[in-house]
Amino acid sequence: MTMRRFIVAAALAAFSTVAVRAEPDPSDWGAVTDDARGQTVYWNAWGGSDTINGFIAWIGDRVADEYGVTLEHVKLSDTAEAVSRVLAERSAGKDTGGAVDLVWINGENFAAMKQQDLLFGPWVEQMPSWANVDVAGKPAVVSDFTVPTDGLEAPWGMAQVVFYYDSARLEQPPKTMSALAEYAAAHPGRFTYPQPPNFLGSTFLKQALTEFVPDAEILQGPVEAADYAAVTADFWAFLEALAPNLWRQGRAYPQNEARQIQLMADGEIDLAISFNPNEASNAIANFQLQDSVRSYVMDAGSIGNASFVAIPYNANAKAGAMVVANYIMSPEAQARMQDPEVWGLGTVLDLDTLTTAERARFEALELGVATLPPDELGSTLPEPHPSWMVRLEEDWMDRFGVAR
Amino acid sequence: MAATCETQSVRARVLPWAPVLTLGIMLGPVAAGVLGTLGPAFGYMPALGGTEIGLDAFAMLFDWPGLVPASVLSVTTGLAATALSLLLVAVICAAWSGSVVFRMIERLLSPLLSVPHAAAAFGLAFLIAPSGWIARAASPWLTGWHRPPDVLILQDPLGLSLTAGLIVKEVPFLLLMTLAAMSQIRTAQARDTAMALGYAPVTAWFKTVFPRVYAQIRLPVYAVLAFSMTVVDVSLILGPTKPPTLAVQILRWMNDPDLKLRFLASAAAVWQLGLVIAALLLWRMCEVGVAGLGRRWVASGARGGATRTVRALSLVAALLSGGAILFGLLGLVVWSFAGFWSFPALLPDGFSTRTWMRHAMSLWPVATETLVIAASATLVALFLTLACLEAEERHGLRPGARALWLLYVPLIVPQIAFLTGLQTLAIFAGLDGNRMAVIAVHIIFVLPYVFLSLADPFRAWDARYGHVARALGAGCDGVLWRVRLPMLLRPILTAAAVGFAVSIGQFLPTLLAGAGRVQTLTTEAVALASGGDRRVIAVYALSQTALALLPFALALLVPAVVWRNRRGLRHG
Repeated sequence: MTMRRFIVAAALAAFSTVAVRAEPDPSDWGAVTDDARGQTVYWNAWGGSDTINGFIAWIGDRVADEYGVTLEHVKLSDTAEAVSRVLAERSAGKDTGGAVDLVWINGENFAAMKQQDLLFGPWVEQMPSWANVDVAGKPAVVSDFTVPTDGLEAPWGMAQVVFYYDSARLEQPPKTMSALAEYAAAHPGRFTYPQPPNFLGSTFLKQALTEFVPDAEILQGPVEAADYAAVTADFWAFLEALAPNLWRQGRAYPQNEARQIQLMADGEIDLAISFNPNEASNAIANFQLQDSVRSYVMDAGSIGNASFVAIPYNANAKAGAMVVANYIMSPEAQARMQDPEVWGLGTVLDLDTLTTAERARFEALELGVATLPPDELGSTLPEPHPSWMVRLEEDWMDRFGVAR
Repeated sequence: MAATCETQSVRARVLPWAPVLTLGIMLGPVAAGVLGTLGPAFGYMPALGGTEIGLDAFAMLFDWPGLVPASVLSVTTGLAATALSLLLVAVICAAWSGSVVFRMIERLLSPLLSVPHAAAAFGLAFLIAPSGWIARAASPWLTGWHRPPDVLILQDPLGLSLTAGLIVKEVPFLLLMTLAAMSQIRTAQARDTAMALGYAPVTAWFKTVFPRVYAQIRLPVYAVLAFSMTVVDVSLILGPTKPPTLAVQILRWMNDPDLKLRFLASAAAVWQLGLVIAALLLWRMCEVGVAGLGRRWVASGARGGATRTVRALSLVAALLSGGAILFGLLGLVVWSFAGFWSFPALLPDGFSTRTWMRHAMSLWPVATETLVIAASATLVALFLTLACLEAEERHGLRPGARALWLLYVPLIVPQIAFLTGLQTLAIFAGLDGNRMAVIAVHIIFVLPYVFLSLADPFRAWDARYGHVARALGAGCDGVLWRVRLPMLLRPILTAAAVGFAVSIGQFLPTLLAGAGRVQTLTTEAVALASGGDRRVIAVYALSQTALALLPFALALLVPAVVWRNRRGLRHG
């Protein structure tokens, strides 16, 4: 190709992306599906789990069959990469035709994108599948770490903190944070948690904090409104005492939940935290954990939240992204997602609103060997306001992030 | 010797511009990227409300308690990895060059070189971890361990395992560069002369050969130093986390949802660039010091040398270094077929092809994408290199030492310092997020390696073949296409294989230029590494390695087939 022809081609390519496409109207579902046909949706989602990747690939097959939408899973190692991507695009003035069409998001990433006006919408409550979402029974579907979702992100799965342990090595797992500290003191090196700011590590901090604050209600407001030093003093004392008794004396931490599973399989630790009640069963089925592993929850209840998908303001295939999000919230996809053989994440739907046939899909699911039945999962605690997580992470970094 | 060629055709007028064009393709993005990083570092990034030039970002950086340890870590691991790799390479050459053992080492070199950094690091991690293969082999019969000992080996705060991971990959690279340098100097004669004067073989090599070889491999050594100080993927796998190395921390800030941290990340990238420059200066000063000591040692006339000890030690070190990669890969093979596998079992409870089967479908398109990118980047690099070399031949455009420096710029300027700035600029130009952008960025890194591999064989080609061809009526083009390139088939294929392996190993450039939309085996492997299942990591790391090895196998095979009835060309 000669240089001149190359320049012409490049110029043409530049113009074609500038051509402005009208924004799809979420309330006109027929127009949305028409628009969506033939679009390619780039779904930016954490790609570190084999089982989740498999589920996303299945979603891709289904929306291709049903709606003619091509779904590409962009595998992230951290959701913040997608946020950072959209930001880089805005800083370069690329307000249409962005690289991210749909992003798996919640918590501080959502708060950051919402605050910076990086999201398209509101669109979620106009989706046909929204009618079955259990807003009354699962308030987390409209309140992401206490931040109102305002129809900017669609819920698609309910997660809850559980702990898993090897019943062959540990008969009575510690069910309070104080008991956990005692266990670690008696068996040094047998417990650890992912290094904050990994989200599961930060979740461990929040889970522990709920047991040490005088009144859990203060966690629902911004951290600035609370007497931070006073309400967290006991919590930091607990963590300081725990640190030297952790795996590797707290001099290193696993990077994420999957490394924890490996540590458990290698017999390095006896118990670990997880954000998916079905994770242990799933890992056993994939030969990643020994079959003596079981799950349990803390006596004080455990933090639960919802996973969401959102559409960036400059997404290239907004209609396609809405079609995918709507399909993920459908009874068919939700039942598959909740199947422990597939993933085992809790549904966001209110089963009472479904037809008998749809409900039957959920009732047919069998629990995995290490999964607690719903009535044993105990009470769900709401996520604290995102500012708590940010503050806890900063303080954790100050106290433990740099080796002393 | 530049034969006169026709100068009228369009091609003849374009050719002299080849070196300039090549440098532009290679250095333009680096310069633009550095500017794109400097802006936010000093507060300028309008999209985030940064319009005032200032030092706020640096103030934030100096407030970060991890800055001193992370900087120290970057410098110490970089210097240690470089110094130890260089020492090991020098000792191996001193003790074994010219022997049968050395020829075996040479043969193993290309495969070892083509193993991607991430794959080698995964392999090493499984060998040396407290729950790894070495501990398993000795447990419980020797150690009494029924559970892995609670000792910090991976992610150690001093970065020792990170340094080890870097050494096993840098030794093959430096050895290759040393071999190329030695082929240009009459090393055997120098050493034989010294030995005839009574010097022990190792001493003779260090006194007569090493100074001249080092002068030739200085730039590759600088590249190794800069790379080791700023590597991201190996640090993610083997490096400490409290704090991590500076490069990893920069990437983390870059990806933080708190968008203000981008200024901090840019300032840290500038700081990292400063550290690299400081370390290079320190290295240069050490060179001068060592050279002074060396001259006194040479002048002293000391002839003795513990030849046997050096031989034994260097062989052990070479075996450890090569073995770490080979056994690491073997460990990956076993994991990729493993069922449940607990400590201290030496082998899994059962074997299954399940992991491979599950990933076969998704591996295929990714492998194809990787191949297309690597092939395109390599072809462009090969074309530009040949154009430069031919222009040098026809127009007498001999590059000076300074031009060689330019070739090393993309290898010495840390990737983290210019790729992030480049990403912003690329989006601005609407050029990101597609395969073309990734290929263009890969060319920056592939080109220097292809040029370095091909330049010497190309220049060493005996010009008299050309004269004969000219005398028989061939034009300049005829000589190039019908005589020179066919005769240089093997070095061309080898250079292509090197370029291929380099392209396949690129992590950060693919991630940033591809907007995450362009997925190669390397980006997939590192993304999956965050998922941590050793089986899946093994499948991707092995596929990545196989793809990088393939061209090296072809580079051996094709000339053997094409020249099956041309004995004289088979070694050419």
